Amino acid sequence: MMTQATSSQFWLTRPFGERATQTFLGVLFAALLLVTVLHLAVPQGHPLHVNAYTVNLFGKYLSYALLAVAVDLVWGYLGILSLGHGAFFAIGGYAMGMYLMRQIGDRGTYGHPVLPDFMVFLNWDSLPWYWHGFDMAWFAFAMVLLAPGLLALVFGFLAFRSRVTGVYLSIITQALTFALMLAFFRNEMGFGGNNGLTDFRELLGFNLRSDATRLGLFIATGVALALGYILCRAIVTSKLGRVCVATRDAEARTRFIGYRVERFQLFVFVVSAMLAGLAGALYVPQVGIINPSEFSPLFSIEIVLWVALGGRATLYGAVIGAILVNYAKTIFTGIMPDAWLFALGALFVLVTVLLPKGVAGLLGHLKRRKEDSHPSKEAAA
Amino acid sequence: MRRFLSLGLLCLMLLGTAVSAQAQSSSSTPDDQAALALLTALDVDSYRDKGEAITAILQSDDERARDWLQALLDGRLQRTDDGRFVLVLDNRGRDWPVADALTNEPLGEMSRRDLDRIGINNALRNQLRSAIAVVDLYSPNVERRRTSAERLLGEVDETLAEPLEALIAEEEDSQVQRRLAQALAIYQTEAGQMEGVEALRGSLHPRARVALNRAANGDDPVVADAAREALLSIEQNLKLNRGLETLYFGLSLGSVLVLAAIGLAITFGVMGVINMAHGELMMLGAYTTWMMQQLLPGQPGLALILSIPAGFMVAALVGIAIERGVIQFLKGRPLETLLATFGISLILQQLVRTVISPLNRTVVTPEWMSGSLVINDALSLTLNRMFVLGFALVVFAALMLIMRRTRLGLEVRAVTQNRTMARSMGIRATRVDIMTFALGSGVAGLAGVALSQLTNVGPNLGQNYIIDSFMVVVFGGVGNLWGTLVAGLSLGVINQVLEPWAGAVLAKIIVLVFIILFIQKRPRGLFPQKGRAAEG
Repeated sequence: MMTQATSSQFWLTRPFGERATQTFLGVLFAALLLVTVLHLAVPQGHPLHVNAYTVNLFGKYLSYALLAVAVDLVWGYLGILSLGHGAFFAIGGYAMGMYLMRQIGDRGTYGHPVLPDFMVFLNWDSLPWYWHGFDMAWFAFAMVLLAPGLLALVFGFLAFRSRVTGVYLSIITQALTFALMLAFFRNEMGFGGNNGLTDFRELLGFNLRSDATRLGLFIATGVALALGYILCRAIVTSKLGRVCVATRDAEARTRFIGYRVERFQLFVFVVSAMLAGLAGALYVPQVGIINPSEFSPLFSIEIVLWVALGGRATLYGAVIGAILVNYAKTIFTGIMPDAWLFALGALFVLVTVLLPKGVAGLLGHLKRRKEDSHPSKEAAA
Repeated sequence: MRRFLSLGLLCLMLLGTAVSAQAQSSSSTPDDQAALALLTALDVDSYRDKGEAITAILQSDDERARDWLQALLDGRLQRTDDGRFVLVLDNRGRDWPVADALTNEPLGEMSRRDLDRIGINNALRNQLRSAIAVVDLYSPNVERRRTSAERLLGEVDETLAEPLEALIAEEEDSQVQRRLAQALAIYQTEAGQMEGVEALRGSLHPRARVALNRAANGDDPVVADAAREALLSIEQNLKLNRGLETLYFGLSLGSVLVLAAIGLAITFGVMGVINMAHGELMMLGAYTTWMMQQLLPGQPGLALILSIPAGFMVAALVGIAIERGVIQFLKGRPLETLLATFGISLILQQLVRTVISPLNRTVVTPEWMSGSLVINDALSLTLNRMFVLGFALVVFAALMLIMRRTRLGLEVRAVTQNRTMARSMGIRATRVDIMTFALGSGVAGLAGVALSQLTNVGPNLGQNYIIDSFMVVVFGGVGNLWGTLVAGLSLGVINQVLEPWAGAVLAKIIVLVFIILFIQKRPRGLFPQKGRAAEG
């Protein structure tokens, strides 16, 4: 499955030598280009025209895809089924949301120069300490990565040190996101409670409601997905990645050989959390709201389904799964909303029972068949 | 208000002697002319005049006075266009059946447009309630005397004190007697008398504390000291009672957690799979109860008892279907099992939403389970929670028996400890899997039946418990029923202790964080499995 790369190459550029990565990046950039051209160059009303709403929707899918890649990194290559990655996604989103809130300035309903509307509404007279600094873009963007990273660091340190693995870890991560959801629902937390953060206006001076910004965000998300993919690919093809796979397949043995398994687990877990945070930060300006429902255990477990459907431990499979499921969700909730949960539930069952390797596994199977019928090609390669 | 009350009693005293109860004085009916005058006095605009009219009625010693006062309080005393006074018997429909206030003769139905209500305000309402209480104090009906004695607490003044003492001596019902004595003691304490303070020592009624507080700030230093001392001991007593109440609520919550978690502990312990649909099996149990009550209208108690086996069977059958249909294909892949059963939980939830309703359903609590057990003025225990607590313990004991004393239990324990070894000894592990899963699911159904008595039954019922029950299993240690019991009860109590101090949501968060930290210290729970079996 994994192509043996030459060790002389720099680890970060190594993925570019892989066929799979090349194909993935090629398809991704072709899709980005296609959507951009169809949006800008094709006149409105033309059947091939892609309107701003659809561009926005695709942008959302791409941020989900990045999130799925992050989950696949820990689940596929480390064997850690995190049912709490939605928490990292939401925290990244909240960091971005706080920056966007501060950008509103005195244009809110209450016109307060510093305080966001919901704080004025709650009769607060000053910003809580953790809201300071979010008026500066660089700080907020750093927090998008650091806040989820820090949470993952603390949580992962505690969990991996005491060797909590398997279903235990899954349940604990679920409890984590559940606890955070309850906490963020509270008004006293200072994150807008039930309603979350919304009514955003500008990002880095660009009007969030204009079509051009939406296209820009879509492209930015695509680029972030490409970079995240390359980073994950680089990690899993490095020596560190091999230790991770060894841990996944036989944790005790890896430990006995002399590797400090918990350190590898912690590192990859934190990287994955940061990627999830980045995905959240890209998601929020595109949907225009962040609220505690992103912390819900259901969302986190849905992410895992995307990965399972696409195919574990392939990374590109996670992207395929995320886009497929969310596209289906958009269609279903549009025509028959009641059926969506049936479909989702059935997907969970069918994918795990009938399609353990996901769509990627199916593709691989087809490819192998084709190769079997052309044995000469195989020999040439 | 107190003035009117005492006036009333004063008049009763004057009438005095053996004829103490108005109800007994039926022979001395004043003529209708006087009665009409009494009622006519009520029909004025000024509320002050109405108040005096009420006092006059009370003093008149007319046997119909209670009916009049009660009707006036309920807004049922009305005047017809032709100046007669009537009691409205039922004011729900368009036309009201009425009876003559003086003769009590039914006058047929009258349109509400032909009637004029005699209005009262809040001050009058209070006065009326007290007046009725005084009248009731002499009623032959024990229930009436009880409620009226209850009302008298803190409402006694000097004119009432003496007749009260006589009443206490005559009273036959011990509860009424105690209340009356308390009422008297509160009056005495407020008047700065030592014997009142002594009598109130240990009383938990809030009125008693108000009186003692007043006495503690009084002029007489001896009484004030005694009052302060009494207050202190009451405070301590109250604290104890509040502690007991918290403990009770904690145990009640804990019993629910135990019920929810114990089935999970069995399936998880034996098969190593997490059944995310466990909460939905509980929901099915709760809906079975609701369905039973729909099938047997008017007999909620019978329906509830029948739904115990029914809920077990429904959940167990669905459990078997899940095991045979999905889980058996995912042997050795616990994480995939988790995902698949989560999918099943989504389907079950949506199924209930579509087939029954997305709205909550109320399950009726049978009469013998509602109400509460009153221990003292500060502590009363609700019966339904007590039943659930007892039910949880019974279920636990039954499971213990099954696990320890039956063939199935033996096989289950063997498979839990070492599956391969058990199979080579001739135990059919597949059959054990099915039986365990059915048992665990059935217990979830029982939990649902119990839960239907505490909360509303809705499609999300199970979801709310799934994370909590896993916490209990993780906390208690997998494959150990005692661990589940201890963990469930203690988590319930911890939650309730934290709640007043931190709020419900924060308490939950603290408990979750506590468990995450606890796992650090003891990764295998409170009661870890010993031996090689522990390395799963």
